[in-house]
Amino acid sequence: MPIIEVNEVRKAYGGRLAVDGVSFHVDEGEIFGILGPNGAGKTTTVECVEGLRVPDAGTVRVAGLDPVTDREQVTRLLGAQLQESGLQPKLTVREALELYSSFYPEPADRWALAERLGLDAHLDRRFGKLSGGQKQRLFIALALIGNPKVVVLDELTTGLDPRARRDTWRLIEEVRENGVTVLLVTHFMEEAQRLCDRVAVIDKGRVVALDTPAGLIDRSTGSTVISFTPSQPLPDTGELSRLPGAVSVSADGPDGRITVHGDDDTADAVISLLAAHGITARQLRVLETSLDDAFLDLTEQDT
Amino acid sequence: MTATLGATDPGGRPLAAVLRAETRLFLREPGSLFWILVFPAALLTILGLIPSFRKDDEALGGRSVIDLYVPVAVLLAMIMAGLQAMPPVLTGYRERGILRRMSATPVRPSALLTAQIVLHGAAALGSAVLVLAVGRLAFGVGLPRQSAGYATALLLAVACVLALGATVCALSRTSKVAAAVGSVAYLVMMFTAGVWVPVQTMPDLLRRIVEFTPFGAASQALDQAALGDWPGWTHLGVMVVWTAVLGAASTRLFRWE
Repeated sequence: MPIIEVNEVRKAYGGRLAVDGVSFHVDEGEIFGILGPNGAGKTTTVECVEGLRVPDAGTVRVAGLDPVTDREQVTRLLGAQLQESGLQPKLTVREALELYSSFYPEPADRWALAERLGLDAHLDRRFGKLSGGQKQRLFIALALIGNPKVVVLDELTTGLDPRARRDTWRLIEEVRENGVTVLLVTHFMEEAQRLCDRVAVIDKGRVVALDTPAGLIDRSTGSTVISFTPSQPLPDTGELSRLPGAVSVSADGPDGRITVHGDDDTADAVISLLAAHGITARQLRVLETSLDDAFLDLTEQDT
Repeated sequence: MTATLGATDPGGRPLAAVLRAETRLFLREPGSLFWILVFPAALLTILGLIPSFRKDDEALGGRSVIDLYVPVAVLLAMIMAGLQAMPPVLTGYRERGILRRMSATPVRPSALLTAQIVLHGAAALGSAVLVLAVGRLAFGVGLPRQSAGYATALLLAVACVLALGATVCALSRTSKVAAAVGSVAYLVMMFTAGVWVPVQTMPDLLRRIVEFTPFGAASQALDQAALGDWPGWTHLGVMVVWTAVLGAASTRLFRWE
């Protein structure tokens, strides 16, 4: 059952269309990702879900409620971590947690939350004195402090070091295990691949793809990447591009390293071809394309 | 540590929590506290230490300079609070995304602004009381004889300066602009409040003009109440109109982002 429904939402700023008919729904308990290049309309879309912006057209429902007209009810069940927001510079972490938990009828255990996010050592530090990563973690805590049913996280791990990022991912997984629905805006493919059940790719204000991360990868052409350095130059590189499933062949680097995009059959065929010529493939790598490549594929097409 | 952490839960209603948090933050601004609470009383003290200012003067209607400067110092506290201290705080809340963060919670961001306005108003009134006390205790300036009238004029003057400060915030895109606009308004208000020349001793024509400004009117109203009369309705009316106009303008024009 969908807990977030976004239908044909449009939003323009001063004549420039930021969101141009975006639709998707998020099921209860799902981690749903929104991916897209900068300026694609991701943040505007989630701001409509959070009730911070009023769509020019289309409808948004959170648990059946309109985030604008039923603002108070929606804000009680939706926690948000926003971009470009701040707290009073002289407010301490402890005071921020106390203040924000007083806003909700049944707040989470804020001290457990602080500990979970590694903020327990900085409770008496003022917001203005926190590092970027600490601020980010505090905002994640504030998004979760009201025991929300839905959390919207905009650029969750921006500014976090790799360890904190992984910790945060684990936290989000825990949050979901407790039945919370997560709407995640990100530009880290690794993050989307690791966390999301489904991903909507938004480009120029429109949804260009909506699938599971694996589905998006499969969709992209040449999902297997074979690369190697031949022990001696190939007599005819054209042979490679005629192999089954091969999509593209490129040779680069001073050592003549060759990269072939294709599928699993292509990998086999490359190896047989090289064997037939008596060429050894040095540093042979067969990789699946990442969501990164799939993403570039999807968002490049119409540029 | 966990014991002390888990034990206390302030709870309470959200708006009370906002007011409590903002009060703490207000008390962490020594600069604002000095200019609002200490400076007006200190200025009165310094002026009062000049012997000739304590002498009754025929030209001033048999009163001393210090008698006239008590209401001036009271208004100075209000101007400091409403025009000097408050605008950068409110615009900063917008600029730093503090209002934005609050707007994603069940509490409306206007709660933050209201709390700050209330706190600055309260500090201004506290300072007014301090000035009256210093005037009375140190220099024997009589307390206002028409106390209800004095209180009315005081409250209207506070409302007026807060509305003016809020309008400065509403019109300024950034806190830098707010500080600059606030400073200009501040100098004008200081003049009309009689900081340099008490309104009561201004030349006739100038005084008549100044009486239509919020602080010219406030100055006259406070002076009349101090002498034992109910303040003139024109003066109170001038303040009411300014408060209404500026209050409406600021709520209408305020940008939340």
